[in-house]
Amino acid sequence: MAQRFVMAIDQGTTSTRCIVFDSNARLVSVAQREHRRYSPRPGWVEQDAVEIWRNVDRIMPQALRDAGIGADQVVALGITNQRETFVVWDRHTGAPVGRAIVWEDIRTEELVAEMASRPGADEVRDRCGLPLATYFSAPSLRWLLDDVPDLRDRAERGDVLFGTMDTWLIWNLTGGVNGGLHVTDVTNASRTMLMNIMTQQWDPELLSFFDIPRRMLPEIRPTTEIHGRTTRVVPGIEIAAALGDQHAALFGQTCFAEGETKCTYGTGSFLLMNTGTKLIRSEHGLLTTIGYQLGGEPVTYALEGSIAVTGSLVQWFRDNLGLIHSAPEIETLARTVKDNGGCYIVPAFSGLFAPHWHSEARGLIVGLTSYITKGHLARAVLEATAWQTREVVDAMNADLGERAGVLRVDGGMTADHLLMQIIADVLDVSVMRPMVAETVSLGAAYAAGLAVGYWPDLAGLRRNWHLAARWTPQMDPRHRDEEYANWKRAVELTFGWATPRHTVDSGQF
Amino acid sequence: MPGPIQSIERAAAMLRLLARGSGHHGLAEIAAALGLAKGTAHGILRTLQRVEFVEQDQSTGRYRLGAALLHLGTSYLDANELRSRSINWADTLAARSGHEVRIGMHLDGAVLVVHHVFRPDDTMQTLGIGGMLPLHATALGKVLLAYDAGLLATIRRAELTSLTRRTIVRPSALERVLAEVRAAGWASEAEEYMPGEAGIAAPIRMPGGLVVGAIGISGAVDRICQTANRPRQALVDHVCHAAEAVSRSLATDN
Repeated sequence: MAQRFVMAIDQGTTSTRCIVFDSNARLVSVAQREHRRYSPRPGWVEQDAVEIWRNVDRIMPQALRDAGIGADQVVALGITNQRETFVVWDRHTGAPVGRAIVWEDIRTEELVAEMASRPGADEVRDRCGLPLATYFSAPSLRWLLDDVPDLRDRAERGDVLFGTMDTWLIWNLTGGVNGGLHVTDVTNASRTMLMNIMTQQWDPELLSFFDIPRRMLPEIRPTTEIHGRTTRVVPGIEIAAALGDQHAALFGQTCFAEGETKCTYGTGSFLLMNTGTKLIRSEHGLLTTIGYQLGGEPVTYALEGSIAVTGSLVQWFRDNLGLIHSAPEIETLARTVKDNGGCYIVPAFSGLFAPHWHSEARGLIVGLTSYITKGHLARAVLEATAWQTREVVDAMNADLGERAGVLRVDGGMTADHLLMQIIADVLDVSVMRPMVAETVSLGAAYAAGLAVGYWPDLAGLRRNWHLAARWTPQMDPRHRDEEYANWKRAVELTFGWATPRHTVDSGQF
Repeated sequence: MPGPIQSIERAAAMLRLLARGSGHHGLAEIAAALGLAKGTAHGILRTLQRVEFVEQDQSTGRYRLGAALLHLGTSYLDANELRSRSINWADTLAARSGHEVRIGMHLDGAVLVVHHVFRPDDTMQTLGIGGMLPLHATALGKVLLAYDAGLLATIRRAELTSLTRRTIVRPSALERVLAEVRAAGWASEAEEYMPGEAGIAAPIRMPGGLVVGAIGISGAVDRICQTANRPRQALVDHVCHAAEAVSRSLATDN
């Protein structure tokens, strides 16, 4: 009998990838295509959902070709995606209503500030586990419903559908206008601000608060679930799991036990801790979210620290400043100097996420003297990612009253050796990278493979986890404290910059 | 003996054209200047752009000489870029072979370890990125020497240090081994660097074939080799496969 494989599609913020894994969780082939990012106005970030769908149409066959296998050898497909980003489309034509609105988009800044003073605003966080912020889908969806003429009527008539990117891809893969399934998974639904975090159903109070028609929303399903077979692109493959990218990374890192934590370094960075069946409400600016839900079982909760800008700061350094040609060269440039020279960069491009939640904060470079070179700036770019991690780790420790001894990392930025060392230094813990850096895709593959019995159980998946690299702290504690104090001062300088001021006081959490 | 290759002559003419005058030329202008059809000129420009000898201005669409031409012969691939492009395949090689993986590039007469993946047995190991290894006594180094005659010449003049009783110290013996490496497309080493240890490595190539680095595994000699210090064929295949995958990833635009 021919060897069998699992396929994952990772619909990310900058690109979409299709990866084939074998039963030992080893990478067999990777196909990838980037999509465009549109910034029609300051603070607006959009993508073309049709371009993303076309990319899937190309990379699925390519991944099979590169692996030298047929569709009949793929036992399951898992889909993982950038979270909160959504698109609204016409169910009769399949055509999107405008572009997808991306999680980084801050067009709803004023709307969110205004909503925060409405009756019922205090209950939002209790119901969905998330603070009222531009980051999540509901405010942007509300904005779209207000902005596009007739859209609300069409939504109430059931003519247009809402979906995060998992929903958009599953609908298209299972037939689109010809009977495409309109479903989402519980982790993606937990990022919309419309799902009740305790019941895992669309919450009538939240729907009414944001004024969103129930009819346009997909059915919420568990993470591992046989959704149906693909009928397009590569027909006949069982879609057996869907989950948000950070939840997939938690799964791919096999953080199945309570207290296990991972941080994924990509466009933004996201630290998630498995809190088991316990729903923990953070008092330090973290989010309560769903880790995953295996079909037929209760949900596993997670606590999340979201950092908006990490890898995208390197991209900005490359594309907008032109100081490097490729993202990895940031390390080469940073190594031309031995320290930051007193310079700090706080990348509050769309405000600051966890643990601050200051949507009015804006980025800054501080500590400039005539001594500073582009090497110091490069180092400050890398250090910004490390200190932002430190802030989130500190918040998590404060919520739990204990300190984690190691940090499991994954994502594209883990290829940056200097960055990983700096993170170990500023956290004062060991940083561990697993053998599959593509943890997001692997997590989607794991969930799908588990659903169809390709892998028997969670313990079997755990045995696939191997350590690929470990960085241990080497920084002098006094130096660390001084640098952290400088970083904190720099962060405070970013607050209140954008006017009018709409500060979400972290004391509200 | 074949005659001159027309497209290379045309590419050379294009570079000369871009090197003089304003330095910024539109496609029509270049095609007209060289008496080429626009489609032909465009194809050559696209290829030159791919190897970074030519750049296209995003806003005007005009062409100019690429920055890569300015440092031809110094460094053509950033070490951190190589790590980033190869990380998936280095992981896969470690998982498949069961051995630790290193990627090396040449630096100052030695092998600079630009990437290191632990042996997948979860034992305590130390990250070796940034370390230096001898060229003549490691599989990674032999690959780098085999495809770089200039580098070999500098080594020949230096004394080949004996690290174990098996280290190759005679230049003629080393040259014979390197010829074998070129013929086979991979290199190996058994107890030439450290007693009890062995390694296998294969070349990482840029599009066009230039060897920019080497990827290899190392471990206990009895696990890497079968008899008479000959490496196990299955491991050789894994290493060569990984080297090809990394080379392929260097050929795709990211």
